[in-house]
Amino acid sequence: MSDGKPTQAPGTPPAGMAIPGNRTMPKEDRLTPPVWEGGRAAPPNGDFRMIGKRNRKVEGLAKVTGRAVYADDLVLPRMLHAKLLRSIHAHARIVSIDASAALALPGVHAVVTGADMPTHFGIIPWTEDEQALCTDKVRYVGDAIAAVAADDERTCEEALKLVRVEYEPLPAVTDIETALAHPEWQVNEKAGEGNISKHVRLEFGDVDGALAASDHVVEGDYWYEGSTHAPLEPHCCVAEFDSTGFLTVWSSTQVAHYLHRDLAKVLNLPTQRVRVIQPVVGGGFGGKSEPFSLEFAAAKLSMVTGRPVKILYTREEVFYAHRGRHPMRLRYRTGMTADGAITGTDALVQLDGGAYSSFGLVTTYYSGQLLTAPYALPAYRFDSTRVFTNKPACGPKRGHGSVQPRFAFECQLDKLCEKAGLDPIEVRRRNFIGERTKTVNGMRVTSNGFLECLDAVERESGWAAKFRRMPYGRGIGVAGSMYISGTNYCIYPNEMPQSAVQLRLDRSGRATVMSGCSDIGQGVESVLAYIVCEELGLDLRDVRVVAADTDLTPVDLGAYSSRETFMVGNACLDAARHLRLKIAQTLAERWGVAAGEIVLANGVACASSDPGRFAISVKEAFQWAEARHGTLGSVGWYQSPKLGGEYRGGTIGASPAYSFTAHVAEVECDPETGFVAVKHIWVAHDCGRALNPVTVEGQMEGSAYMGFGEALLETQRYKDAAPGHAFGLHHGPSLLDYRMPTSLDTPELHALIVESVDPEGPYGAKEAGEGPLHPSIPAIANAIHDALGVRCDALPFDPPSVMRLLRAGEARANWERARAQVGGPR
Amino acid sequence: MLTLPAFAWSRPQSVEDALAVLAAHPGECLIVAGGTDAVPNLKHRLHEPRRLVHLGGIGELRGIRAGDAGLEVGALVTLTELASHPHVREHFPGVVTAAAHVASPQIRNMGTVGGNLCLDTRCTYYNQTFFWREALGFCLKKDGTRCHVVPQGKRCVAAHSSDVAPVWIALGAEVEIASRDADGAVSRRSIPVEAFFVGDGVHNNVLAPGELVTRVLVPGAAYGLRTSYRKLRPRAAIDFPMLSVAVAVRGDAARIEELRVVVSALGAKPRTLGGLDAIVAGRAHDAALAEAVGAVAHKQCHPLSNVPYDTDWRHDMVPVFVKRALADALGVPA
Ligand SMILES: Cc1cc2nc3c(=O)[nH]c(=O)nc-3n(C[C@H](O)[C@H](O)[C@H](O)COP(=O)(O)OP(=O)(O)OC[C@H]3O[C@@H](n4cnc5c(N)ncnc54)[C@H](O)[C@@H]3O)c2cc1C
Ligand code: SF4
Repeated sequence: MSDGKPTQAPGTPPAGMAIPGNRTMPKEDRLTPPVWEGGRAAPPNGDFRMIGKRNRKVEGLAKVTGRAVYADDLVLPRMLHAKLLRSIHAHARIVSIDASAALALPGVHAVVTGADMPTHFGIIPWTEDEQALCTDKVRYVGDAIAAVAADDERTCEEALKLVRVEYEPLPAVTDIETALAHPEWQVNEKAGEGNISKHVRLEFGDVDGALAASDHVVEGDYWYEGSTHAPLEPHCCVAEFDSTGFLTVWSSTQVAHYLHRDLAKVLNLPTQRVRVIQPVVGGGFGGKSEPFSLEFAAAKLSMVTGRPVKILYTREEVFYAHRGRHPMRLRYRTGMTADGAITGTDALVQLDGGAYSSFGLVTTYYSGQLLTAPYALPAYRFDSTRVFTNKPACGPKRGHGSVQPRFAFECQLDKLCEKAGLDPIEVRRRNFIGERTKTVNGMRVTSNGFLECLDAVERESGWAAKFRRMPYGRGIGVAGSMYISGTNYCIYPNEMPQSAVQLRLDRSGRATVMSGCSDIGQGVESVLAYIVCEELGLDLRDVRVVAADTDLTPVDLGAYSSRETFMVGNACLDAARHLRLKIAQTLAERWGVAAGEIVLANGVACASSDPGRFAISVKEAFQWAEARHGTLGSVGWYQSPKLGGEYRGGTIGASPAYSFTAHVAEVECDPETGFVAVKHIWVAHDCGRALNPVTVEGQMEGSAYMGFGEALLETQRYKDAAPGHAFGLHHGPSLLDYRMPTSLDTPELHALIVESVDPEGPYGAKEAGEGPLHPSIPAIANAIHDALGVRCDALPFDPPSVMRLLRAGEARANWERARAQVGGPR
Repeated sequence: MLTLPAFAWSRPQSVEDALAVLAAHPGECLIVAGGTDAVPNLKHRLHEPRRLVHLGGIGELRGIRAGDAGLEVGALVTLTELASHPHVREHFPGVVTAAAHVASPQIRNMGTVGGNLCLDTRCTYYNQTFFWREALGFCLKKDGTRCHVVPQGKRCVAAHSSDVAPVWIALGAEVEIASRDADGAVSRRSIPVEAFFVGDGVHNNVLAPGELVTRVLVPGAAYGLRTSYRKLRPRAAIDFPMLSVAVAVRGDAARIEELRVVVSALGAKPRTLGGLDAIVAGRAHDAALAEAVGAVAHKQCHPLSNVPYDTDWRHDMVPVFVKRALADALGVPA
């Protein structure tokens, strides 16, 4: 343990974040966040002037006018292009690679293979099972083997065809059952045994007893097919290794810090001679939250050629890079009392992980850990197994690990309500876990606006007049959920802050915020700017945000698990308040007033007792403060308190604050074809406080849209192929065949913001980026039941599947029975 | 990004010039009009021509003309122009619906009537990248020897996927083809659109190399036909048809004189339903008649796995869509 590296066996979770002996523990006062008068949620200058207002995003204008610079917009002098050679086999041993003919092609500058950088890496330090380019085995169709740098992309493509790879095909497994049935066909040698990537079993309370004592028990078997992120911008990077031995990589990543570490490790460079810069990113959704082959390959090729190298993935390659939602088979038993109290839940979950671990260790925990609110679960057990298969690796997609179980569970609840003859919104209210409480698995819940969410969707959707009261073919359904606002630990164990900001004020009247945080469109750079404006009375145009550049910005862990607004927002709030205090003290001294009287707003600094007499511009105030204190700068950081249950894995799923969501979906189904049209989704989301309601609504609508697309259209399947060829080929890795809804397909989305004002969030804010996706899918499934009397337990609910259900069961009779329960019209 | 292969480029200014360029480079050319089908196919290396011949400069191929003899639609007329033309909108709503159901507004602004007619057949095993096709195993339409849809078959059955062609057929429209003989003499001939297509998915029309589509001609007799178009697709835009039905009826709901139903996105050519006269001629539209027409369609049309989504379900949808299209044409509820 002396080198500070984790020494647990692969697949072992960070057990209570064990701290190796030689690590310096942070001082207690460093871990205690500063206490501000009035609290974190209060406006610093009387009223909110920026926070809570409908403001523009700082980068919005550049994006809509085409001036934003994405990775692929970068062109450096003498830059080469590179492409990756990918496996056409789902599973094969690499016998030999001969690149001589490719190298001989005019215009080709270099070819690298796995042997040039064999070091294993992986986003989770306990499961480092990937290589930049495969050395001895390929594990899915599309696994990368070699990279070619040439004058242009077409020459690269021609060269790739000249690289001769001799394969020895191996038996491949492409589904959970086969993976488990054939441990000898091992996909990933880093697996503990056979094809098991990770197994977790946790039990809280007496589940069997609770189920036995229940008035109603429902058993369900659900299938979540999995989906991919499909961000508009494909992965792209440019790498430049200069003559001093310094590597710069511009990449469309959402985790610059982790990329920084892994580049140094795999390329064997000191971290302080590697710089990672994230240009404007065109969407990530979790699909860019770990290093990929392209960054290592571009960097290595730059080191070999001495020239900058760009790699831009094709759309098809984005599907192979994947890390999307895991296919999951979910078997649930859920009990309820006659009056609607949930008694116990028993969950058996299997996850299809694809060929590599990715975030899979965490996903496996999340598939169980994140179900324990907003309803009180008195007894809960989950048994989750992730398996390796010969397909692109699954990982985190918006709502990491918990969207699938949430789908299953909310459908279970709907079935129980039907059995008990109770209104599904009423039952959800009855089981509300409350605020300032603890879940059955030991997660601390602070603020909780779930009841307001239920009220909002019930009211706005006209629920009472619609549920069980519309003609055959039309229906309405409800679902609820919760999600994390960041997790309480870093992916690799350390005691340093999770988020940080350096703030600098200039005598010109300008503020510069520097942070390693990652804006992938969700708007965290804007959040930082709003906070600084609010605290210091500045105009939005007078704040510059410098983000995600490892040379210029302090470390932030990146855009995942909905952590940015909460964590870096808090860091920024502290940094800004430190400076605000300095300025206030300076002015108070000069004017002979109390510091508490100083207001910085709308570009003016004044004393509230006599603003006619004591008022200067904020710019002058900066100058006075600079004269008094010297150069103005401050830092702020965030580190979450110790959270979670006292058991192995008990920290996974622990978050400083949880967001809550409720959806009502209204559908119109065509019983003759099986087509389901979602007409409306009402999304109510408790985001703590909406720092900018426009961006919060954007996240809510975008989330509901994404869930709706997964529910009805997106198909993530793998094809059989010609004999002698690889099966496990994605059915159609393009935006034509992977059908995401168009604007014409998209329902009316009604975003209803609920603000519970969290005690620990910046101004009370929690997350809004992932939570609002969760109830989409079960709300639609439940609405289809209300419309047609069939239960859609397998995704996607495409017309052929709905038709099969309509034909198989007694849909009409079920429908009649369900509506008879509710009684006549109200 | 997927790259385009290297090619030479011609932009002739007249039909004669175009035919001359094609004749000068036999077997090496690909005609491009709007490019909305050709360009993706080039990127997928489905076509590997040495030269592209872009028709965009040929003024003669533009424009829609309506006269007593019928309607003339130039090959370069865009789908947007076709769908928004007042005369077409008034008389041929089925054409408008079909054209407006193609892809998306941007693609319809580029895509032409000629290109739509000559649209390459489509197959889920074919419209993929070179890498993907290599991983799967090439098929006999391009680079390979066997068919993944009908493994025992000797013929490609890739799906005819043009939205507008079935309506042209239902209307009895003709297509004008320009060709050039060995002496350089240019001639034009017109054939029924129905006869333009052949049942070979590799090349599903009668165009010989070096020939050009110049116009579509809707005969005067087509005026007075009630037309409609229904398209099965998962999304309300972008998607190619998974089943398409064009209907042309003479008469009205009280008395049907004549009914033509064309179904496509099955195999390589659209299918015109046979034996309808006996069922419909002189009769009023009612549930039993619709049912009977649907049953004929179900019997005669057999979707294949060349197109995504369950084939049995698509087969079940044939009568549903035929009945709905018929009702649309007659202006009665389905
Ligand atoms: C995303 C997407 C979705 C689409 N969806 C649909 C759809 O749903 N339905 C549909 O019908 N189409 C669809 N298309 C295809 C296409 O956009 C239209 O059919 C369009 O009308 C084709 O016309 P074009 O001028 O662009 O053809 P081009 O791409 O220019 O040409 C298509 C083919 O026709 C040949 N050709 C073109 N003009 C002539 C001519 N005058 N004489 C001889 N040969 C000629 C070309 O050589 C080529 O082989 C889609 C395309 C895309 C990219
Ligand atoms: S039908 Fe058969 S031969 Fe034709 S494109 Fe499809 S797989 Fe290839």
